[in-house]
Amino acid sequence: MKLELRGITKRFGALTANDHIDLTIEPGEIHCLLGENGAGKSTLMNVLYGLYKAEEGDILLDDVVQHFAGPGDAMAAGIGMVHQHFMLIPVFTVAENVMLGHEKTNAAGVLDLGAAREKVREISERFGFHVDPDALVDDLPVGVQQRVEIIKALSRDAKVLVFDEPTAVLTPQETDELMAIMRQLKAAGTSIVFITHKLREVREVADRITVIRLGKVVGEASPTATNAELASLMVGRAVELTVHKDPATPGADAFVVSNLSVVDPHGQLVVNNVSFDVRAGEILAIAGVQGNGQTELTEAIMGLQQRVRGEITLDGKSIRGLSVKQVLASGIGFVPEDRKEDGLVGEFTIAENLMLDRSDGPPFVKAGTLQLNYLKEFAEQKSKEFDVRSQGITTPVGRLSGGNQQKVVLARELSRDLRLFMAAQPTRGIDVGSIEFVHKRIVATRDSGIPVIVVSTELDEVVALADRIAVMYRGTIVGIVPGDTSRDVLGLMMAGEVPDSVTSPPEGAAA
Amino acid sequence: MTIQDAPLQHNHPDSVPPALEKTVVKSWKAPIAFGIFSIIAILLFVVFGREGVSGFRLSTDSDFVQIPTIEAPTRATGIVLTVLLVALAAYSAFLVSRNRPVRLWITVVFALLFLVAFLTWAAAGATIPVPGLLVGAVGLSVPLVFGALGGVISERVGVVNVAIEGQLLAGAFVSAVVASVTGQAVLGLISAMAAGVLVSFVLAAFSIKYFVDQVIVGVVLNVLVTGLTSFLYSQVLTKNTDLLNNSATIRLPRLPIPGLSEIPILGPVLFRQTIIVYILYVAVAVVFFALFKTRWGLRLRAVGEHPQAADTVGINVARTRFWNVSLAGAIAGLGGAYFTMGSVGSFNKEMTAGAGFIALAAVIFGRWDPIRATLAALLFGFASNLQSVLSIIGSPVPSEFMLMLPYLVTIFAVAGVVGRVRGPAASGKAYIKS
Repeated sequence: MKLELRGITKRFGALTANDHIDLTIEPGEIHCLLGENGAGKSTLMNVLYGLYKAEEGDILLDDVVQHFAGPGDAMAAGIGMVHQHFMLIPVFTVAENVMLGHEKTNAAGVLDLGAAREKVREISERFGFHVDPDALVDDLPVGVQQRVEIIKALSRDAKVLVFDEPTAVLTPQETDELMAIMRQLKAAGTSIVFITHKLREVREVADRITVIRLGKVVGEASPTATNAELASLMVGRAVELTVHKDPATPGADAFVVSNLSVVDPHGQLVVNNVSFDVRAGEILAIAGVQGNGQTELTEAIMGLQQRVRGEITLDGKSIRGLSVKQVLASGIGFVPEDRKEDGLVGEFTIAENLMLDRSDGPPFVKAGTLQLNYLKEFAEQKSKEFDVRSQGITTPVGRLSGGNQQKVVLARELSRDLRLFMAAQPTRGIDVGSIEFVHKRIVATRDSGIPVIVVSTELDEVVALADRIAVMYRGTIVGIVPGDTSRDVLGLMMAGEVPDSVTSPPEGAAA
Repeated sequence: MTIQDAPLQHNHPDSVPPALEKTVVKSWKAPIAFGIFSIIAILLFVVFGREGVSGFRLSTDSDFVQIPTIEAPTRATGIVLTVLLVALAAYSAFLVSRNRPVRLWITVVFALLFLVAFLTWAAAGATIPVPGLLVGAVGLSVPLVFGALGGVISERVGVVNVAIEGQLLAGAFVSAVVASVTGQAVLGLISAMAAGVLVSFVLAAFSIKYFVDQVIVGVVLNVLVTGLTSFLYSQVLTKNTDLLNNSATIRLPRLPIPGLSEIPILGPVLFRQTIIVYILYVAVAVVFFALFKTRWGLRLRAVGEHPQAADTVGINVARTRFWNVSLAGAIAGLGGAYFTMGSVGSFNKEMTAGAGFIALAAVIFGRWDPIRATLAALLFGFASNLQSVLSIIGSPVPSEFMLMLPYLVTIFAVAGVVGRVRGPAASGKAYIKS
C-alpha cells in the first residue's frame, strides 16, 4: 500500500511540531524517518495513526484521502504501529493483548480466547517469533514484548507498519533480529516506516531516508550517505561524532562497591552480589539493557533503596546505610536517569532548582531565610557556565527543552565539591548539541581527578566515554572490560554471555 | 527484617532469560500478630476467664430440622482454644524461622479459633443465637456488597468511586419515596438504580470530561447527597409520612425459597431473604464472570490498566469509563434500596451511616476482585452484627468499645493484612489526550 502525507501541520499552542510535512512511502519499502529528539517525528506518526488531529494537511492511502477520527479508523485502513512505549496491558496475556479491540466472542458473549491463541501462534510461526500466547506480558523481556506489538499490528492485517524508536530498549543482538524481521516484513509486501535517531541502524536497513529537523523535512538521503553527512543534515551543522578525550590517568581506588545486593519487595535480587571499583580520574561505564538492575544499583549507592546488603566505601569510609542527605554531604554528585521525575521540580525556576539540595544552610539560606541576591548571582553564573538557554533564571524548569533541563541538573550536581560523580542516562532524550556539551563536562570532571560512573543503555555513549566498562545483566555484573572492547563483545555481554576473549572475570562478580 | 540467601540457580544465557534470583525476606509480621492475640487470649480466656456455661443455639423455632443447642463450659473451652492458638502462633514462628511462608489458611484458622473463643467467653451464662447472628450479618452486608461491586467496576475502569456512600443514600431515599407513592416494589428498585446512576453521572462528567480530581468530586457528592436527602426528609417526607415514607408499602416481603430455606443454619441465613438479596447473588456471579470472560470485561480492565493502550486499539476510553461508572452507580443505588425496602422499611436521615466507605474498604481488601470484595463485605457486616448481638445478650465488653469493632476490623484488614497490593494501574488518573 502506498502512503502519502501532504502538508501535515500540527501545532501545540505556540509550538509548531510539524510544519507542512510531505512524505511518501512506496509499497514494500523501508522508509526511515531520521531526526533528533523533539524534531517532530513521533508527532507526525501520531497524526498518521489518528491519535492527534492535524491542523492542516491530508493523509492518502493509495491516492485516496483518509479521514481518521481515531486509531480505530487508522487500523481499519491498514496502518499498524509499534509504539516506542509499548501499548500493551502488562496484566493481560499475549493473546488477550492481541485480541483487545477486535475481540471474537461466541454466541453467549464469552471471549473466544482459543481463536486469539491460534492467531498469535499462526503469526508467530510465520515470522519465527517464538511467542507463547498464554504468557503474561509483564513477565516477558522487552524484546519479546516488542514482538507482541508487531503481532498485534499484523493480526489486523496492517499494510503499513510504523516503528517508533523501536531499538531504544533492545540489546544489539535484539536490534539485529528486529532488522531481520523488518526485511522479512518488507519481503511479504508490508511498507515500513522506521523512526529513529540512530545513524547506524538507518544505514543498515533503510531503502530511503527522510530527515526531519525542527518540525520540517530538511531533505532526503540515500542509505549510502556517511554518518557525518546524515548527522549534519539531522542537526543542521557539522557535528563531532566522537568525544575527544585524552587517555585516563587513574589514581588510587576511590570508590569501592563490594558484594552489593538489593532485594525488591517481592524478594527478588534485582542487584545480585555486585562488586566493582572506580579509581580517581577514570570513567567507569555501566552498560546494559534497561531494567537489568542499573537503576537499583545507583539508588542503592545514593541511599534510596531499603534492602541493601554488601559494602559501599568512598575514600575508605563506608557510606552504606547513610541517609540521602549524608550521602550527598559525603561528596557524591548524582544525575538521576529520569530528570523530570527525580532530578528537577518542574514548577520551580532554574534558580530554585540549582539550590534544591542546599537549602539547609549558608550560603543559600541564613537564619531560615533564602539569600535571594546570592542565589541570583549564583544562578546567573551557572546558567552561563553550563550554557542553559532560557529567558532568564526565573523561567520554570518545566518549560525548558530536555537538553537545557539536563544542563540545569548537571550544573547543580557539579557545583559542589565532589568525591564521586555518578550520571545515569545523562543524554537520554536530549538534542545532539546538548549531548556534546554533557559529554565534554563528564570528561572534564574525570580530568579534574574525580572518579566518574556513567550508567547508560546507549552503547554509543558507553564506547565514547568509558575508560572501563562494566556490563550488567539480570542484576549481576557479567564482566568488567577495557573501554576499547568491541561492540560485538559488549553486545554479547549485554545478553548475559561472557565471550572467551574476556579473560578475567572480576573478583566477586560471578554469582 | 532479615535477608537470607536462597540456593543459587544457574543462569543459561541462550534460553529465554530466567526469572531473577530470589531471596527469602523473613517477615515476622504474622507470628508477632499471632503472638499478641495469643497473649490476649491467655489473659482474657484463661487468667480472667469467666465461669459458667456458654450456649450456641443453631436453629430457629420455625426450622424443619431442629438442631439442639450446644452448651460448652466457658472456662474449659477457653483453655482448650487458647492452647490451640498458642500452638498455631508457635507453628507460624517455626515456619518463618525456617524461611517458609505462613500460608493464608493458618491465618484463617487462627482467626476462627480466636472468634469462637471470644464468643464462648462473651456468652458465659447466656446463649448466642447463631442463625440470628448470621442473618443479621448478611443483612448488614447486603448494601456493602452492592457498594463494593459498584466500587470494583468503577475502579477497574479507572475511576475511584468515593461517591458510593452518596449512591447508596440516593438509592435509599428515592426508592423509599417511589415505592411508597406507587406501591410498586419494582418501580422502587428501578428508581433506586436511576438515582445511583444520576450521582454517577455527576462523578463521571466532572472526572472524565473536565478532569477534576476524582476523589474530590466523590467527597463533594457525598456531602451533597447527604444534605439534599436530609433537607427533603425533614421538609417534605416527615410532613406526609403516610404517602411518601410509608413503611407498610415500602418494605419488601421475605420470599423463602422452597427446599433450600430448610437447610440447617444456612437455609434461614441465605434463602429466607427479600428479592434484593437474591438479585445480589446473581449480581456477584454475573459481575465476576463478565469481568474476566467477556469482551465488556476485557475492555473495561484494559481502560483501567492502560488507557492509552486501549485508545490505540480503537477503544473509546472516555465513553467506556462514562458508562461503566454509571453502571457502578446503578448497582450501588440498588444497594441503597436495601436500606429502605429491604430492611428498615422507611427512609431516615443519613441512614447509610458510612456504609459506602466500608464498601470502599471492601473493594481494596478484596483486591478489586468481585468475589473477594464480597467476602470482605461479609466480614465487615459480621463484625457490625456481632457488636449488636453481644450487646443484646449482655457481654462484659463496654458497648462503646464494641461499636468500634467493625471499624477496627476494617482498619486491620486494609492496613495489616492487605499491605502492598496492586490495584488497576490507571485508577484515579484522568486520561487526557493532547
